Amino acid sequence: MKSWLLTVDHKRIAILYMFSITFFFFIGGIYALLIRLELLTPAGDLVQADTYNRLFTGHGIVMVFFFLIPVVPAILGNFLVPLMIGAKDLAFPRINLMSWYLYIVAGVLLLHVIITGGVDTGWTFYTPYSTAFASPKVIEAGLAAFIMGFSSIFTGLNFIVTIHRMRAPGMTWSRLPLFIWAHYATSLVMILGTPVIAITLVLVVLERLFHLGIFDPKLGGDPLLFQHLFWFYSHPAVYIMILPSMGIISELIACFSRKRIFGFNFVALSSVAIAVLGFLVWAHHMFVAGMSVYAALIFSFLTFFIGVPSAIKVFNWTATMYKGSVTYETPMLYAFGFLGLFTVGGLTGLFLATLGVDIHVTDTYFVVAHFHYVMVGGVVMAYMGGLHFWWPKITGRMYPESMGKLAALIAFIGFNLTFFPQFILGYVGMPRRYYQYPPEFQVLNVLSTAGATILGVGYLFPMVYLLWSLRYGEVAGDNPWNAAGLEWKTSSPPPTFNFDVDPIVDFEAYNYDELKEIPVER
Amino acid sequence: MSDSHAAAVHSPDHPPELRHHFMTMEQQQNTASLGMWLFLVTEVMFFGGMFCAYLIYRLKYFNDFAAASQSINVVWGALNTAVLLVSSWTMAMAVRCAQLGKQRLLIVFLIFTMFFGAVFLGVKAKEYHDKFVENHVPGASFEFHDKLLGHPDYVPNQGHTQMFFSIYFAMTGMHALHMVIGLGLMAYLVIAAGRGKFSTAYYTPVENIGLYWHFVDVVWIYLFPLLYLISRTKG
Amino acid sequence: MSENEHHIVPLGLYALIGATLLVMTGVTYGVALIDLGRWNTVVALCIATFKATLVVLIFMHVKYTNEKMTKPVIAGAIFFLILLLTLSLADFGTRAWL
Repeated sequence: MKSWLLTVDHKRIAILYMFSITFFFFIGGIYALLIRLELLTPAGDLVQADTYNRLFTGHGIVMVFFFLIPVVPAILGNFLVPLMIGAKDLAFPRINLMSWYLYIVAGVLLLHVIITGGVDTGWTFYTPYSTAFASPKVIEAGLAAFIMGFSSIFTGLNFIVTIHRMRAPGMTWSRLPLFIWAHYATSLVMILGTPVIAITLVLVVLERLFHLGIFDPKLGGDPLLFQHLFWFYSHPAVYIMILPSMGIISELIACFSRKRIFGFNFVALSSVAIAVLGFLVWAHHMFVAGMSVYAALIFSFLTFFIGVPSAIKVFNWTATMYKGSVTYETPMLYAFGFLGLFTVGGLTGLFLATLGVDIHVTDTYFVVAHFHYVMVGGVVMAYMGGLHFWWPKITGRMYPESMGKLAALIAFIGFNLTFFPQFILGYVGMPRRYYQYPPEFQVLNVLSTAGATILGVGYLFPMVYLLWSLRYGEVAGDNPWNAAGLEWKTSSPPPTFNFDVDPIVDFEAYNYDELKEIPVER
Repeated sequence: MSDSHAAAVHSPDHPPELRHHFMTMEQQQNTASLGMWLFLVTEVMFFGGMFCAYLIYRLKYFNDFAAASQSINVVWGALNTAVLLVSSWTMAMAVRCAQLGKQRLLIVFLIFTMFFGAVFLGVKAKEYHDKFVENHVPGASFEFHDKLLGHPDYVPNQGHTQMFFSIYFAMTGMHALHMVIGLGLMAYLVIAAGRGKFSTAYYTPVENIGLYWHFVDVVWIYLFPLLYLISRTKG
Repeated sequence: MSENEHHIVPLGLYALIGATLLVMTGVTYGVALIDLGRWNTVVALCIATFKATLVVLIFMHVKYTNEKMTKPVIAGAIFFLILLLTLSLADFGTRAWL
C-alpha cells in the first residue's frame, strides 16, 4: 500500500488517478441523475429551487474540474506519454505524484462542501452573487477548484518538458504519435490558461474574506471583469478536455484501419492551432451579458475560425479510413461514435457563435445539448475507446469483446436519447438551470431522462466487466491489437522502467504497412 | 515503485545527483531549467489576471485611482524598488559563485539576498501599517479624504478609491507572499550549500531558485510605476 | 547548467547592470515629478520594460543560454499576457461607442 501511495512510477500514478477520477465521475453522475429525475415533471416537485441550484452546480464543478479536465491526461496521458516516446518516466516523477495529491486534497475539500450543503452559484461562480450573496461555502469550493488547477498545471508542465527532453534517440517530432502531439497542445493550454482562473478564484476568496472588493459593484466593480477572467481559462479548458480525446481517436482510427493517419502533419499542427486559437474566443460566453457589441462582433468572428482545425481532423480521420482495412472492435465503435457526435456538437457550436442565433438560444437547453455532445459524445466516448484499447497494456488482461461492443452501443443510444431532445427543447425556449418548465416541454424531458438512464447503464456496464477482466479476462500479450507504437513493443503491463532495452526509433509513426499481420477477428 | 535500486553503484559517469530516468546530467539540468521557465510562465499569467483588473479599473476611474495612488508614499516605494533590485544583483552574484564553485561566498550572497528581501518586507509592513492608520484598508472602516493634486475641488469617489486599494493590497500582498516563499527557498539553499551539496558540476537548484527570485523582482519593477506613479504632478 | 557551462558573466557587467537598474529607478522617480500629461505613464512603463529586459537578459542569463526553448517560452508568456489585456480592453474600451 505504501509503495503505491509513495510511488513515483507514472504508470502507478495513472492508476491512482483512474480510481479517484472514476469515483468523482460517479458523484457527478449521481447529480445528473437527480437533475433528470426532477425534470421528469414540469412542476418543481422533487426538490426545492435552492436545492436544484446546488444540484446543477455540483454536477458542473465535479464534472468539469474533477472529471473532464484530468480524465484523459492524468490517466491515459500519464500512463502512455513516457511509453510512447521511449522514456523511463516523466521528467518530474515526484511532481507527478504531487499532482495526484493535489487532486485528492481538492477532492476532499469539495466532498466536504458537498456534504455540508454545497453551493448554488453554478460552476461558473459569477459575481456579484458569489462574492456578496451566496453562502460562504463559495470560499471552500473556490479553493477546491484552485488546488485542482495546480494539479492540472503541474501535469501540463511535466508533459511539455518530458516531450521536449525525454524522447528516445530517433524519436523526432515528425515521428511522434498524434496522441503525444495532442497532449503537448493540451499542456500548452493548461499552463497558459489555468493560472488565470486560479487568480480569479483567489480574488473571489479575497473579496469574501478580506473585503478586497475587486468585483464589488458598490466599489465600481464590473461583473464582466470576473466573466472575462473566468472564461479566459474556461473556454480553453474545453480544449484541454477535447484535445487529448482527439489524440486517442487518431490512435484508434489508425490501428483499426491498419493505416497511417492521413495528413499526419495537418492533424499534428491542428492540435497546436486549436490550442492557440482557443485563447482568442472566450467572450462568446458573454454575448448577452452586457459586453460591447463591437467586441462581441470580434469574438464571434474569431469563434468561427476554431471550427476549421477541428474539421481538418475529422476530414483526415475519414480519409484515413478510406481504403483502409477497417474492423469494428469495441475501441473503433467508440471512435465512430465520437466522429458523429463530436461533429454534431462542433457544428452546433457554430450556431451559438452566430450572434443573432445566440440571442435566441443562449442560456437554453440548446447550449446544454451542444456542450454535452462535445463533452460526453466527444470526450467520454474517446476516453472509453482509449480505456478499452489500452486496457490490455495497462492491466495485462483483455476485456470481453462482445460485452464491450454491447456497452458501446448502449451508451451511444442512451446518449442520443438523452441529449438530442435537448437541442429541440432549447430551440423552443426551455431555459437551462430551471427546475420547472411549461407542461408542453414534458415529453421531450421524459425522453431525455429515459435516455440518461440508458446512458448510465452504458457506463456502469463497462465498470463491471472491466473489473471482472482483472481476474478472469484473457491474459494479453505485448501487442494484442498488432498496433504500431512504442508502447506495444514492451510487455503488458510494462516493467518498472518501461523497456528492458532502451529503445532507438528508426521507424515512422503508424508504420502499419510494415506490420504485415492482420489482427485476429474478435 | 521508487527509483532506488538495490546495488547502487555510482561511477563518475553516474554521479549521485543523477536521477535514474535521465541519461545524463546535462539532460537532467536542461530538463529542470525548462521546467522552471515554464513555471514562470504560469506565474506571468497568474499575476496577469490582476494586471488585467488593474488596467480596466484604472482606465475607468483614472482620477480616483490617481488620488489614491498619490496617498501612498512614493519614497518608501522607490526605496523598496532599489532594495529589491540590489537583492537581484546579490542573487545573480550567488549563482555566479555557484558556477565557480565558491561555496562560502555563495552562502554569503544568498544571505545578503535574504537580508534585502527581508528589508523589503519590513518596509512593506510599514507601508501597510500606514494605510491601516489612515483608514485606507478596504472594508467597513474605509474612508478616503485626500485630495487629487491640482484639482482641489474634485471629491474622490469612496468606492473607486477603495477599489484602488483593493487592487493595491491584492497585488502587493500576492507579491509579498511570493517573496516569503522565495526566502524559504533561499533558506533551503543556504542549508544545502552548507552541507556541500553543490559543486561546479551541480548547482541546478541555485540557478533555478535564482530565476524565481529575478521573476519576483520583475513583477515589482512593473508594480512600482503602476501603483505608485499613476500621477505625481498637478496635471 | 549546460547552457551556461562555458559562460560566466563578468563581475564588471553584473555591477554595471546593477548600477544601471538603480539609476533608472531614480530616473523613473524623477520623471514622475515632471508633468508630461499622459506621457508620464508611457515613459514610466518604457523604463520599467528596459529594466525588466536587463534583468531577464543578464541576471537570468537569457542572453547567454544555448537552450533553444527559453526565448520562445518567454515570448509566449508575453504574447498571451498581452492577449488577455488587449482582448479584454476590446470590450471595456468600446462600450461607450454604442
